[in-house]
Amino acid sequence: MNLHLKVWRQAGPDTQGRLVDYEAQNIHTDMSFLEMLDVVNEDLIKKGEDPIAFDSDCREGICGTCGCVVNGVPHGPDRGTTVCQLHMRRFKDGDTIVIEPWRARAFPILKDLVVDRTALDKIISAGGYTSINVGAAPDGNAILVPKEASDEAMNFAACIGCGACVAACKNASAALFTSAKVSHLALLPQGQVERDLRVVAMVETMDAAGFGACSNEGECEAVCPKGIKIEGIARMNREYLRASVVPRPMPQGAFAG
Amino acid sequence: MALDSKIPGGPIADKWDRHKFESKLVSPANRRKFTVIVVGTGLAGGAASAALGELGYNVKTFCIHDSPRRAHSIAAQGGINAAKNYRNDGDSVERLFYDTVKGGDYRAREANVYRLAQVSVDIIDQCVAQGVPFAREYGGLLDNRSFGGAQVSRTFYARGQTGQQLLIGAYQSMMRQVEAGTVELFPQREMLDLVVIDGKARGIITRNLVTGEIEKHWGDAVCLGTGGYGTAYYLSTNAVNSNVTAAWRCHKRGAYFANPCFTQIHPTCIPVSGDHQSKLTLMSESLRNDGRVWVPKKHADTRKPDQIPEDERDYYLERRYPSFGNLVPRDVASRAAKAVCDEGRGVGETGLAVYLDFGDSIRRLGEDTIRARYGNLFDMYEKITDENPYKMPMRIFPAVHYTMGGLWVDYNLMSTVPGLHVLGEANFSDHGANRLGASALMQGLADGYFVLPYTLAHYLASTPLPKVTTDHPAFAEAAAGTQDRINRILAVKGDRTPREIHRELGKLLWNKVGMGRTAEGLQEALARIPAMREEFWARVAVPGDANNVNKNLEYAGRVADYLEFAELLARDALERRESCGGHFREEFQTAEGEAQRDDEQFMHAAAWEFHGVGTTPTRHVEPLQFEHVKPSQRSYK
Repeated sequence: MNLHLKVWRQAGPDTQGRLVDYEAQNIHTDMSFLEMLDVVNEDLIKKGEDPIAFDSDCREGICGTCGCVVNGVPHGPDRGTTVCQLHMRRFKDGDTIVIEPWRARAFPILKDLVVDRTALDKIISAGGYTSINVGAAPDGNAILVPKEASDEAMNFAACIGCGACVAACKNASAALFTSAKVSHLALLPQGQVERDLRVVAMVETMDAAGFGACSNEGECEAVCPKGIKIEGIARMNREYLRASVVPRPMPQGAFAG
Repeated sequence: MALDSKIPGGPIADKWDRHKFESKLVSPANRRKFTVIVVGTGLAGGAASAALGELGYNVKTFCIHDSPRRAHSIAAQGGINAAKNYRNDGDSVERLFYDTVKGGDYRAREANVYRLAQVSVDIIDQCVAQGVPFAREYGGLLDNRSFGGAQVSRTFYARGQTGQQLLIGAYQSMMRQVEAGTVELFPQREMLDLVVIDGKARGIITRNLVTGEIEKHWGDAVCLGTGGYGTAYYLSTNAVNSNVTAAWRCHKRGAYFANPCFTQIHPTCIPVSGDHQSKLTLMSESLRNDGRVWVPKKHADTRKPDQIPEDERDYYLERRYPSFGNLVPRDVASRAAKAVCDEGRGVGETGLAVYLDFGDSIRRLGEDTIRARYGNLFDMYEKITDENPYKMPMRIFPAVHYTMGGLWVDYNLMSTVPGLHVLGEANFSDHGANRLGASALMQGLADGYFVLPYTLAHYLASTPLPKVTTDHPAFAEAAAGTQDRINRILAVKGDRTPREIHRELGKLLWNKVGMGRTAEGLQEALARIPAMREEFWARVAVPGDANNVNKNLEYAGRVADYLEFAELLARDALERRESCGGHFREEFQTAEGEAQRDDEQFMHAAAWEFHGVGTTPTRHVEPLQFEHVKPSQRSYK
């Protein structure tokens, strides 16, 4: 089939971008969306033009590297699917497809569809872990974890850090991402010791990184390729409130290390 | 140079403890005076960065991704082995060691494998404490499953996303050290050269993939955790950015490359559907626990699978290997699939596929149980193929998955370039000629968390390391060479894309250096690769320039390295005139078509020394001794 594409092209972080028209020809329905872009790029390279820059790596929906807004929806029209697992049989011959990068103040565009998501790493480094060093861990079965708690923690730990939640949110909030890690660790016995310090440090870092506030629209949940639930955000807010109202010394930078 | 594996003396069970005791230490106060470069943030590199940072070393960690959490360890599905014996079913360090040596077809180093089995138990403890949500039983204890044909249940897992959860655990530990200031993170950096000063690894050259800047970084040691070279075949289960470049550049600087012909072709992948395909997707080996593999008995049978009656089906794995059946190791299962397709009994449009059928299991256990066990895999299959595996058998075919070969390292994980340590899939030592399921995650984390912190300390404490800076002429020379290579690629301005050339190379390797290899085919590959290389340098098309994001330029550089590396791969396969594990030479097989080892001639690791592109490398040999696991014909019948 043949498709009309309108693709966001932007040479660098500080230049003006615009939508550019391309024709994607002889596209096979078994192709993934990114393989379709590969085909377009092969043509551009042969013509001596700069190919469309986009990120991808595992191409099986687990690494979180890929992501672009397809016809206004992060990762495209299929629920629970990263754009690398979106297949062209979802489209019809002659369709027009608009392809844009994640748009958020905290995700500067580096080129075309490639954005800088370092801000998400900063949120994790603020507290998304248990502070244990290699070598000191007790036997794995010394910590009993109820199966329900483990399964629920896994539901949140499944986050791939792609940033679609931020891209879908009108406030560009990273609340779903942050709450996924807060929930994963708050649900497990291993996460209890640092529970209060963690949520405060992560939420403050998230706010400082330039992400907006959550206003409960639920668009993040709708586009999340891993089905992370917004009840995580409710939990994060509860955890934050709890940590904030209980008086305790909380010196700056005490959490790290 | 003679290869010294530095295997410690004494009984095998005591070697590692004794070695740790005899190793020199760096005192806590002195650790921050040492700067250690870690390249790669998968399980090996991420774990090493975290562990070294916790100890107080000054760590500089590099990765090609925008975030260290994206390394391809994340895609591992099935699980991680450990000799915990939580199931009371007869597992032990000894048994895991035995299974791994045998599974590797007696081409791994016994002392390394024993150590791996020993530290496997510590890995689980570490990951649990990090909060890795391993599967649990209702009583709250860790769950296990049997995996990859093991006769004990020693595999720990987190749904079908074990690699993801272990990697995120290592990543989080590393990010904690970033916050603490012991680890400095350099994302979006590609290592393009190793800097060797006075015979020791003292730094690396990187390209900043956002600005295009060529950067120089010094260190007291360099640790490489950059994964395998499966993407040389173009189509593989690897991520599209996985590559051999960092390892290959180290090889060109003096690190020997060992056993490159030991490649693992995984039996259960979704078959190739067309030329447009950019990668192949693995369907976890765990599926073989409940799926039965078959093809029609008749040649070129075009009936739909549900119209082929039971007595016209050939469950060839159950027929050939009655005791292991569908659970034979990967190399055996892959070859058997190739054999039935070569006979013309393959299924699907291309005839290059076999059925993996869940019909019996669904009838026995119910669709819900199968969905609970494999739901995410079935969904992924349906998404890719548009077929419902609950109703119709899956079509699967082998694909390049993992590479057992890699840079040669001694017992301390140090390569032939002093100071250059190599971890995880990037080294060669633990899996021999075939890796067992759920052992890759184990090795990556063992090397990073539990082995390197000891052996690196010994190196740093016992080696004179005069201060160097990036003003040293060796940095200027390496940086200029890197820049020159980039300039040359850009200057070609040809008419063929890097992908076209890569695809062509991949097809050649798959056909001639794939599942069945012959002297004739390998010689043909060796004749054709240099011509492809010439073609690349005469005709490659890379528009744009080097001072911003240019993914096609990155890719072209990697393809140029595959075109050099591929020759070594074929040469190693040609010189190893035996069949073992994933290396199957058609000339060397038993009457029943099984791999025929030649222990007399080839019970060794072959480590290659580079002399220049297009110049024949030197083959060095590290003899392997099997004192504990007696080599025998591997039998899964």
